Order: sequence, then C-alpha cells, then structure tokens
Amino acid sequence: MRQFARQMLRNPSGLIGLIIVVMAILVAVVGPLIFPNSPWRMVQRPFLPPFTLSAVPLGTDALGRDVFAGIIHGARVSLLVGLVSTLAALAVGVPLGAIAGYFGGRVDDALMRFTEFFQTIPSFALAIVLVAILQPSIYSIVAAIAIVSWPPVARLVRGEVLSLRTREYVQAAIVTGQTNRWIIWHEILPNALSPVIVLASLMIATAILLESSLSFLGLGDPNLISWGYMVGAGRTVIRQAWWITVFPGLAILLSVLGLNLVGEGLNDALNPRLARQGR
Amino acid sequence: MLKKLALSVTLACLTAAASAQEPKTGGVINAVIQPEPPGLMLALIQNGPTQMVSGNIFEGLLRYGPKLEPLPGLAESWTISEDAKVYTFKLKPGVTWHDGKPFTSADVLFSIEMLKQTHARARGNLGQLEKVEAPDDLTVVFTLKQPFGPFIGIFEVGSLPMVPKHLYEGTDFKTNPNNNTPVGTGPFMFKEWQKGSFIRLVKNPNYHVKGKPYLDEIYWQIIPDAAARAVAYETGKVDVLPGGSVENFDVPRLSKLANTCVTGAGWEFFSPLAWLWLNNRAGPTSNKKIRQAIMYAIDRNFAKDVIWNGLGKVATGPSASTIKFYTDDVPKYPYDPAKAKALLKEAGYNGEKVRLMPLPYGETWQRWGEAVKQNLMDAGMNIETIATDVPGSNQRIGDWDYDISFTYLYQYGDPALGVGRNYVSSQIMKGQQFNNVEGYSNPEIDKLFAEGANATPDSKRKEIYEKAQKILVEDVPVAWMLELQFPTITRCKVKNLITTAIGVNDGFRDAWVDK
Repeated sequence: MRQFARQMLRNPSGLIGLIIVVMAILVAVVGPLIFPNSPWRMVQRPFLPPFTLSAVPLGTDALGRDVFAGIIHGARVSLLVGLVSTLAALAVGVPLGAIAGYFGGRVDDALMRFTEFFQTIPSFALAIVLVAILQPSIYSIVAAIAIVSWPPVARLVRGEVLSLRTREYVQAAIVTGQTNRWIIWHEILPNALSPVIVLASLMIATAILLESSLSFLGLGDPNLISWGYMVGAGRTVIRQAWWITVFPGLAILLSVLGLNLVGEGLNDALNPRLARQGR
Repeated sequence: MLKKLALSVTLACLTAAASAQEPKTGGVINAVIQPEPPGLMLALIQNGPTQMVSGNIFEGLLRYGPKLEPLPGLAESWTISEDAKVYTFKLKPGVTWHDGKPFTSADVLFSIEMLKQTHARARGNLGQLEKVEAPDDLTVVFTLKQPFGPFIGIFEVGSLPMVPKHLYEGTDFKTNPNNNTPVGTGPFMFKEWQKGSFIRLVKNPNYHVKGKPYLDEIYWQIIPDAAARAVAYETGKVDVLPGGSVENFDVPRLSKLANTCVTGAGWEFFSPLAWLWLNNRAGPTSNKKIRQAIMYAIDRNFAKDVIWNGLGKVATGPSASTIKFYTDDVPKYPYDPAKAKALLKEAGYNGEKVRLMPLPYGETWQRWGEAVKQNLMDAGMNIETIATDVPGSNQRIGDWDYDISFTYLYQYGDPALGVGRNYVSSQIMKGQQFNNVEGYSNPEIDKLFAEGANATPDSKRKEIYEKAQKILVEDVPVAWMLELQFPTITRCKVKNLITTAIGVNDGFRDAWVDK
C-alpha cells in the first residue's frame, strides 16, 4: 500500500489530478456549508460581469443569480451523480462479467450477447431517451448513466476473470472443493481489481460529462443546479455574457481532467510491469 | 330604423416618418416565419405562422384597427339593426379571386358553411347565428338568435377567412389540391414554397384597393434556430422579424442596431395574457388565501423587466388591458412577500409540496419558471419543479394533473370570445388546455358571463364585465402574470407594416420600402 502511494505521488500528472479531485470533493462537501444561500436566489442585477462585486465574484446570470454559488452547489450534484452512477454501473457490470468469465460456455454467450445488445446502442442517445421517458430527475439521470456505462465494465471483468481462471491457484481452489462464489469473491476478483479501479476513475469523469450533456440539453433535474445546466442556460446569451457559460465550463473541464489524470496515475501505480520499470 | 355606423378609415401610422412620406412602389421583403407552417389553407389550419403568412393571401369581411374598431375589408360598409340581431354587410364591388373569378355574396355563404365544419373557433363564434342570406350579389345579411355583442368582432381574416366557392364546393376540403396553392382575394398571391427554406408570395396586380400593395414580393424565410434568425437579421438576409421569432434577450441587442425599428403593436386582437393555472380542486391551491398569497409572492415586475426585457405589462386581472370592457378598478396584488407569508400562515399552510410546471417553450419560459419558483420558495412554499415536454405538459394540463402550471392564451378582443371560457363552469371539460382548466366554479360568474354575451347595449355589457372582473380578481382562480408583448423588429426602411390589430398578419397590404 505504501509502495502504491509512493508510486502515485512520484507521478507528477497523477499528483496534479489528485489535487484537483480532492479540491473538487472538498468544494462539494464543504462549499454549500460555507455558502448556504440557494444558487437559485436572485441576488444582484442580471448580467453583472465577473470581478466587479466581491459579493458575487464570478458575476450573475440572466436572472441575477450568483454564478459562484451555482458552481459551488453544482459541484455536489455533478460529483455525486458521477460517483453514484459509476458505483451503480460497477454493481451491475462486475458480477455480470465475473459470472460470464468464470462459468464460460452458454452462460458466457448469453451474458455477452446481452451486453453487446447494450453496446450497440449509442450510449448518449440511449441516455437521452431513458431520461426523457422517465421524466428528468436526479434518480432517472443516475439510472440512465448507469445503464449506458456498465457494458465496458462487464467486458473488462470478463476478460480478466477469463485469464485468471486458468491460473494454478484458482485451479487449486477448485480442486480443494471451494464453492464457486468463494473462489470468485476471494481468489479472482481481488486480483482483477486494479484495472477496474482505473476504469472506474475514468467512468466517473465520463459520467460527469454525460450528466452535464443531459443538463445542457435541458434534461437535468429542474430542482437541482448542476454545471451542465449552467452552461446550457447561459449558452444562448454567450455573446452578451460569456462568464455564465465559461466558469461552469471550466469547472467541468478541470474536474474531468483531474479524474482522467488520477486514472492515468492509478494505472501506472497499479500496473506491476510499468512499476518495475521505475517510471 | 337602421343605425348607420360611421366608417372613418383612420389607419394609425405608427412611425411618424412614415405618415409624412409618400409610399413608394416596388421592392422585395424578406421576413422570418417561425416555425414553418404546416400548411397555408387558412380555413383548415389556424396556427400562428399560417395566420401570419396566409393573412396576406386571404381576406376577411372586416379588418380591425389597433383599438379593435372594425374597418372595411371585403365588406365596404355594414349596418346593425336596432335590436342588435340583424347585421347587413355591403360587399365591395369589383373584387376578384387570384384566378380572376369575381368574389360575391355566394362565396361568403359558402365560406360560412365550410368554416363551421373546419374551423373550431369560427364554429363557436357563429353559435348564435340563426341564418345568413344573400339578397343580391353584393349583400349579405346575418340574423342572430339573440343579440350577441362580440359578433362584430368575428370577421377578422384568421377568424373568418373568405374561401373561393368555385374551387371548394362539392370537394373534400381536407384533400382539395388548392390547399397547396391557396387562392384568396388578398394583396399577395401564393407563388412557391420550398419546404424548409422559404415561402414566396408575389404582388396581386388586380388587388381591389387601387395602387396597393406596394411591394413586389415577400419571401418568408424559414430558419429553425433562434440564434440563426438573429444572425440572419444582423447580416441583412431578412428585414422583418415578426414577434416571437428571436429570443427576448436578443431583442435589446438587435434593437440597438442601426436602422432598426421595434414596435410592440400589432397584437391587440390576440392580446396574449400569461398566467399560472392554479388547481382549484385539490391541494394547497384549492385554498383561496393561498392563491392570493401566490399573487403577492410573485415579483411580476421583475419578470417583466428581467425575463421579458421590459416588454409587456403586469396583468391586473382576467382581461388584458387591450380588450373590450377592461377595468383596472379591481383588487391589487403588488409584490409583497411579507403579506404572502402572513396569508400562507393564516391559511394554515404547513409546507405541503406544490408542483410547478413551467411551459416548455424555450429559454424565456424556463427562466420564468425558475424565478417564480424562487419567489414562492422565498415566501415559504415548498415547490417542486416538474420538467415536461410539450405533449407532456398539454396532457398534464388537460388531465388536471398539476398544482401550478404556466400558460398563455389569446383573448380575441372580447371577453365573450376569449375570457369567459377560462372561468365559467360549463367550460370545465377534461382533456383540453384552453378552457376552465383550473376548475373554478362560481354561479355568479357563470351568470355574469352568460348575461354579458347577449346584453345590449355595450354600456350594459361593460357594467356586467366590470363586475365579473372584480369578483374574479378577488377570488384569484388563476394567477395572472403579464400581458405579453411580442415585439416586431424591422429595418426602418420598411414602412407602414403594422397598422392593424393583427399586425404582420395582414400588414403587407399597406407596407412599403423606402429606397
């Protein structure tokens, strides 16, 4: 573990990513406590440019709402959606992939055809359809993102399990008469974990982007402010007021970039072959 | 014993410069039409863009000035009998259809019969009609079952367009090939329609008003994106942006451009009034005190100044100020959050969830929904926004499945035509969005609107409707927001475009371009 941390810290881009992500999480957790005012409240005159009033440092939007407050409160929604939908996708994808890879044969065929069925549908289009049908709300958005993002997890886990299954220690466990569940849970999955962790960190980034895209199209939860919503709402007035779109856009960019860098860093740190090369 | 009505044709010239100049003949105008109309046969289709294009192809018996005063159209004069039941119209002689056939009283009789089948609003407007006769080619006599004050207001081109009998009689109206190449009596003739691109109208050389129209051609440009429409104006591709064709926040920017004229006139006949449906049947909004609290809680001046960029007017009650028998002598609901809080407390409201449904008509309405939600939450209400698309919103309103819901409706100049339908209990019918959706039921209001429609003379109607407005404003069956204004933006060289109560819809008859 300590070695892993050292690996992670030795990688400068991973470190930068980690700092960004930690900051974003801090803002999401603590921010709304420090700035308790609702981001929906109309506090100043509309279209107030940024850096003119210290009370509204990033200016106001078309209704006179504080852009800074929107970014602080939006962090919570964006990160939470990213995290929860990724966890949900893992909860579906990991067991499916593990079962398919471990049992093989017909079970594998059936589960993989089912997975491919989802993979053939363009994921963003499917997400739009799902949210539109279920009515936009935080739950339908999380569900839609999870539904479109589990197939790669299933395929990755299947591949890992497939190769691990032939290892001697797994064979030994089978010979000693361990139950399938015990073998998958205790022998195989722990060893298949590192690529899944890397994938998950990238999936959070993708999920944040997906949520932003949905909100941008007006399919966000109308009761919650999110970065994508802010960009979408400010888009039409971008010629008069660039700051309404640019600041939340930067927030999305930074957090997605941070998560990607962390993913890269994790990949380097967790990959034994790369680690030995002493990168 | 007939009472002659004075016929003074005073077309108000809206730009002072225009009235001073002599109109020039010739020129082509590019105007935006948004969205692309589903068809141009006005007798079959009456949505906004169809009326805007086809109002210049077809004509009605009358036109209406900015104060909704009747002006001669295809009828050059008219008389109303003393008992207010017989309306006699003298048609203008020498009027021909675009294909050269003469326009006569037979066409009027046919149009009435056809519109009763194809035009829901015309059918309603003609409900009091006992018979219509044509003693000669240029005379039409309408006889009513009982006096119906608003009757003189139903002859506008979009409400009662004249249809050529020789092309439609005995055919299936819906599949008649002329629907694609409409033939009217109007100043412009249909020439071509490139779907998704433009609709082209050309001058009617045989138009019955000598010297008019002044323009040679009109191109109605179809541009699906609001930002692209604004750009098309800026780059000079189009010269006329009719009301509603660009987003509100673009209006101030475009208005400041050189040689640009903006007017809010030309919507008096429609008088779009925006309000919140408040469900009177169930939930917190069934309590009158809570409904009044909602009126006090909402900052309607903010909505006007910020969301609508200062366009429009704060509504005082069920009638827009531009329609007949309007009075502002009603209870007032200024923005007063403290009073709203007090009323909520008095009503025993304890934080029940109230669902708010914004109108899914684009950015402006979305922002307005957010602002109203914030106002109501500041007053202590627990509001949850429901996001829907257009069919979803229509369905929920029609099924009465809402607590608060945005809408705006046209009022058609007379309370009997466009106001009563939203408040009388006989109009409580599931599945529609334009009737008494809120479920307000008050026998006194029912009685007043029933009397008002048939009362004579007008002074009596005025008394009745003023009383009705007072009662309604006290009861707050719905929360009136704004009288909307849809500004028309034009290049200043386009003169005299908006002279009537329906603006661009029949405005090209008198429009000209200063070169």
